[in-house]
Amino acid sequence: MGEFGFTISQARVINYNSNDRSISDYIASREPSFRICIECGGCSATCTTGNFTSFSLRELQILLKRGENDYVRENIKKCMLCGKCILVCPRGVNTRNVVTLAREAFQKNVKNAV
Amino acid sequence: MSRHVVVIGAGVAGMEAAGQLSKAGFEVSLVEKDIKTGGHLNDWYKLFPDRRDSSEVKDYLDRITRLNSIRFIPGTEVEKISRINDNLTLKTTEGTEMAADAVIVATGFDLFKAARKEEYGYDIYDNVITSSELESMFCKGKITMADGSVPAKVGFLHCVGSRDEKVGNYYCSKLCCVTAVKQAIEIREHLPESRVFCFYMDMRMGGAYYEELYREAQEVWGVNFIRGKISEVGESINKNLIIKSEDTLAGRPLKMELDMLVLMSGMEMAESGKKLAVSSGLNVGENRFFSSEDHHFGSNLSNMQGVFYAGSCTAPMNIPDTISHARAAVSDVMDYFNLRK
Repeated sequence: MGEFGFTISQARVINYNSNDRSISDYIASREPSFRICIECGGCSATCTTGNFTSFSLRELQILLKRGENDYVRENIKKCMLCGKCILVCPRGVNTRNVVTLAREAFQKNVKNAV
Repeated sequence: MSRHVVVIGAGVAGMEAAGQLSKAGFEVSLVEKDIKTGGHLNDWYKLFPDRRDSSEVKDYLDRITRLNSIRFIPGTEVEKISRINDNLTLKTTEGTEMAADAVIVATGFDLFKAARKEEYGYDIYDNVITSSELESMFCKGKITMADGSVPAKVGFLHCVGSRDEKVGNYYCSKLCCVTAVKQAIEIREHLPESRVFCFYMDMRMGGAYYEELYREAQEVWGVNFIRGKISEVGESINKNLIIKSEDTLAGRPLKMELDMLVLMSGMEMAESGKKLAVSSGLNVGENRFFSSEDHHFGSNLSNMQGVFYAGSCTAPMNIPDTISHARAAVSDVMDYFNLRK
């Protein structure tokens, strides 16, 4: 087939029905505090990684909850697990455990496992 | 014989309750740990949402308590309420005992001690102040930094000691949001050259005309609202405050230099109320405020018969709600007496 010189853009919409939220479910079932984030951004404000790279734990958490996993899969690796975010979080989310569990879930490739 | 009701606390709730009780023909003693009446109202400049002078409310409360011959007992704290049959006895810190036919507890709230959130730098950096301290500056008509100069950039941090599990307060203090909006406007009014920034997690404008005030702050006064909690406050070499937050709507970390940061301290159950709860066996909730017997239709009822609650000793409450709650307490006192005729 010939090259026509155009591409089809991916829709920007979050397709909530077809998105895979198994990673989010995996985390929430093991670390229920994952559910109570109110997106205040305290974690991201204090985050050393986030000050130098495009890493925002707040953003990654909401993307996981929406099943936008691809972006998270690559970016969750940037966290250095220092735990400052845990100290700051007004909701008491165990943010470091969220990161660890997310990595674990991606490694296990949760969706295929279940 | 006239019934004797003791009201504990002479803030807004206590004064209103005392005034109404006295109007209804009861003999009233108003016990206050401070030397004067008015409670927190004395520290406040103007009130939200209409920004009327707080002294107007104080004048009203003074009038209803003065007109109705109430025995005011200042400088006295009630240590314990005990009940034997239908007789209530109050023991004071002075060591005296008082008999009462009914008691209204109106011990109110204490402001959250901002130094407990060390990362915000209160008591560490000179120009980190509380909302209450700013209010006293408004009263004096002079907004200055520690060195006497006028601040050009002022920040407000919402939710200090509220909605924060790190200090054990899950609840929302409800009134700090609108207070920040009011104070932000007042800063702009007093210092027209200034720039003002409010750092918030959620704007909770759930009262009559609160949302309108929020709108006015943006539209008329150019107050900036940034959605992100400040994680820490530091100081630059030239003594400016440096704050870090995430601008969550832009999705990027944000830092800003400020001349002054105002911490919106939340409300906590008053220490005096806590002590009274322990000594007298009055129930408190998870939020440490007195817990009423029924949240919907018995919010003035305590677990001790003849003892009633009024105002912000049961939950963070604004002045109109406090006044209504105090009147409702008086109505419950009357019911209580009617059943015992």
